[in-house]
Amino acid sequence: MINKVVKTIDEAISGVESNMTFMVGGFGLSGIPENCIAALSKKDIFGLTCISNNAGVDDFGLGLLLKRKQIKKMISSYVGENAEFERQMLSGELEVDLIPQGSLAERCRAGGAGIPAFFTPAGYGTEVAEGKEVREYNGNPHVLELALTADFAFVKAWKGDGAGNLIFKGTARNFNPLMAMAGKITVAEVEELVPTGELDPNQIHTPGIFVQRILQGQKYEKRIEQRTVRIRE
Amino acid sequence: MALDKNQIAQRIAQDLEHNMYVNLGIGIPTLVANYIPKGIDIEFQSENGVLGMGPFPFEGEEDPDMINAGKQTITTLPGAVLFDSATSFAMIRGQHVQLTVLGAMEVSENGDIANWKIPGKMVKGMGGAMDLVASAENIIVAMMHTNRKGESKILKKCTLPITGVNCIKKVVTNLAVLEVTKDGFKLLERAPGVSIEEIIVATQAELIIEGDIPEMGF
Repeated sequence: MINKVVKTIDEAISGVESNMTFMVGGFGLSGIPENCIAALSKKDIFGLTCISNNAGVDDFGLGLLLKRKQIKKMISSYVGENAEFERQMLSGELEVDLIPQGSLAERCRAGGAGIPAFFTPAGYGTEVAEGKEVREYNGNPHVLELALTADFAFVKAWKGDGAGNLIFKGTARNFNPLMAMAGKITVAEVEELVPTGELDPNQIHTPGIFVQRILQGQKYEKRIEQRTVRIRE
Repeated sequence: MALDKNQIAQRIAQDLEHNMYVNLGIGIPTLVANYIPKGIDIEFQSENGVLGMGPFPFEGEEDPDMINAGKQTITTLPGAVLFDSATSFAMIRGQHVQLTVLGAMEVSENGDIANWKIPGKMVKGMGGAMDLVASAENIIVAMMHTNRKGESKILKKCTLPITGVNCIKKVVTNLAVLEVTKDGFKLLERAPGVSIEEIIVATQAELIIEGDIPEMGF
């Protein structure tokens, strides 16, 4: 069996360079590759293009890379929780490509699935469709969107095995399986790394063929952005 | 009396039908879940990857791996299912989600909606809103009739960058229920105690007013 386990975070992110394109999984702070992001934020790499649904918060997640101005361009759908991000964007320091969330997900999936482009109704008639080809199907206008790939995809799963097979938990799955497919080198960090053969093949979400390196994450803070509770009656 | 945000949500909840799959946006739409009429089963979808969303967790039971699209901690109900973002938007784009309730900054009489950007001021992004409005068969907008300055948000033409064209079907505000017809906004109901004249004054778009306009019932 192919063994993809890397022992250290340095090994996990080896080969990253300035001006590369990274995909980073997660929705808000849920399911982000915390260990990889922390390690990347300590490396002297700059001019990065990051494809990620969100941009973290000021002091956590991709906010760490933004603070050090390592990111040149963000491709995201929603960036509302990060004041430093908004400042860099409005001042023009940071290039930002905002795209509809479903188009972002599908562009990653398509990139991993060998589909170079697709038509979607999302964004037709809005500024995100400017300069893009429009075609009518079933009487409705659709916008041509191109697939996305990345030099590295950093994803986070709940469990994984030595073969790179991944299982996600709850809504921490989100963009992770799609980005795993679209990375030239996909690095998966997991909360629990188990010996190959221990995961039930019926239950695996991401087949190991999409993953090049798998790492047992050292620690997980798993920060909650909006803690909402109900009162016990 | 104009409605408060909870009453807007309560009015929209009256439009829910048994066994519907519904996506609720952030803000007033989220409150709709609190007013599901008795005997009606609804499954709520959240575009970050859950169908069968339940109420907020009890204190101490919050799970960072279980959130909604507003990044709030949630629970799931029996029969719930979790999935990735591409599958989630397949449900939306493929019109498997039957009703979408969204907030808006502006709506216009041809059914356009603007809710993602104020140029030079607020640029948070569209999230899933553009995918939702481009595909949903039925979109209800939940919003205040006017902005904080008292200016109408119900317009002949949106002034802000739009999220989608010719897509919304109905608008429920603190003053009125409006239907978007091919000829423009049609006044269907008014908030209890609010006169037709007050609604006309608060509305920049033309209103189609036919016969008696009933008060909303609660």
